[in-house]
Amino acid sequence: MQRLNRRQMAWRAAQDVADGMVVNLGIGLPVMVADHLPSGRDVFIHSENGVIGAGPLAAPERADADLVDAGSRRITLRAGASIVDSASSFAMIRGGHIDLTILGAFQVAANGDLANWDMRVPDKGPLVGGAMDLAACARATWVIMEHATRSGGPRLLPRCTLPLTALGCVRRVYTDLAVIEVTADGLLVHELIDGLSRAELQARTGATLRYAPACRALRAPPLAEAG
Amino acid sequence: MAIDKRVASAAEALRDVRDGAVVFISGFGGAGFPNVMIRALRAHGARELTLVVNSATHRYSATHELIEAGLVEKVICSAARGRDKELSPFEKLWKQGKIALECVPQGNFAERIRAGGAGIPAFYSPVGVGTELAAGKEVRRFAGRDCALETAIAGDLALIRADTADRYGNLTFRHAQANFGPVMATAAKLAIAEVRATLDDAIPPERVQLPGLYIDRVVTEGTPACSA
Repeated sequence: MQRLNRRQMAWRAAQDVADGMVVNLGIGLPVMVADHLPSGRDVFIHSENGVIGAGPLAAPERADADLVDAGSRRITLRAGASIVDSASSFAMIRGGHIDLTILGAFQVAANGDLANWDMRVPDKGPLVGGAMDLAACARATWVIMEHATRSGGPRLLPRCTLPLTALGCVRRVYTDLAVIEVTADGLLVHELIDGLSRAELQARTGATLRYAPACRALRAPPLAEAG
Repeated sequence: MAIDKRVASAAEALRDVRDGAVVFISGFGGAGFPNVMIRALRAHGARELTLVVNSATHRYSATHELIEAGLVEKVICSAARGRDKELSPFEKLWKQGKIALECVPQGNFAERIRAGGAGIPAFYSPVGVGTELAAGKEVRRFAGRDCALETAIAGDLALIRADTADRYGNLTFRHAQANFGPVMATAAKLAIAEVRATLDDAIPPERVQLPGLYIDRVVTEGTPACSA
C-alpha cells in the first residue's frame, strides 16, 4: 500500500487551502503545508505571536531573532504582511477573522472533538499555547495526523480519551491513509490510499467509517520525507 | 520638573520591588525577552513571586533563572513543558510541589492581562469551554454558544522588552518583539521597559507603539544588571 509520508500529508492538505484564505498552521507537520500551496493561491499565514503574512524561513545570514513564528522559527515576511501584539492576534482568532487553522492531533472523535495538547506524559508540564483558542474560534479546523499511534492503536475514536482541546471543532482529517470529513453523522471517507481495503481502514479506526459516493484514491506526488 | 523616565541601572529600576510581587514578563519565541531585567530581578532577590509569563520553560528566556533560584511561588502561563527529555527547572520544582501552576490558553491569557489594564474585571470567553482548563468556571450561553467567565489579571511589576524609548517612556518595537509587552505594561502598577536604545529626541507621535503613560521606568540594554 502507498501510505503517505509526512510531507505528502502536508501536500495533500495544502491542495484544499482556498485562494485568499488567512490560515494558521500548527507547529510540526501543519507548518509544512505552507511549502506545498499550489501556485497561484494567494494565502496569508497567521502566526499566534502576531505575524500576519509569514513567509518562508529566513536564510541563516538574514535570520532575525525578533522575527519569529509561533514555533520560534526565524522567518521572513511576505508582501502585505503586518505585525500586531499578542492580545490583538488572539482577538483576530476569537473574532472569527482566521479562515482556517490546520493543527496536529493526538486524537479526533467522530463528533469533531479534538485532543491535541496534553498526552499526559509523566513529569512533563502542560503546554496548551494557542491550541484551544484556534480550535474553538478559527472559522474551520482541519487536522493532519498519522492515522494510528506508534503502537498501532486508533486515533480516530468514538470519544477522545485524552484531555480535550475543544468540542466539536474538527471538520476534516488528513492522515497517511485517508482524507476524512467530520459530518453530523460521523466520519465520512472521501479518499483512501491504493492497496488498502475499506475493512483494513476500518480496522485501524476506532469510530465507524462511512464512505462518500465519490470516494477516490488518495495520491500524492513523490516527496522526500521531512527531516 | 521635566519628565524623564530613564534610570541609571536595572537595579535602580527594581529598587522598590517587594516579596510576593505579581510579575509580568514579556517575550515569545526568542523575541522580546527582557533578560537583562530578569537577571536584575534575580540579583534583587525578591521572593515568593508570582510570574505571569507565556512560557515557563522557553530556552531563550532567562525566566528559568528566577525559578531555579527559588524565588518563584507560582507561575501563570500557557506553556510549561521543556523541550528536552530532561526536566526543565520549572518542571522539577512543579513535580516536587514547590511551585504552583495555572495553565491558561494563550488567547485567554493575553485577554485577561488586557482586561487587567483596561478596567474590565472579567469577561466571557468561548475558549476552553468543555476542557479541564475551564473546569469549575461559571458558564453562560451567548448567541447559542457556551462561554466561561475569565477574570482579569493585574499585577505589581511588568518587565518588558522594546527596541527604542524616549525620555517620556514612549516605545517602539522591532518585528514580533511586542507580543505580550504592551498589554503587560498596561496591567502592572510598575512597568519597566528594557530597550536597545534610548533616543534623545521624542519619538514622532505616529511612530509610538506604546504610549509612555504606561511605562514608569526605562533601562537601556547593557546597563550593568547588578550595579550597586
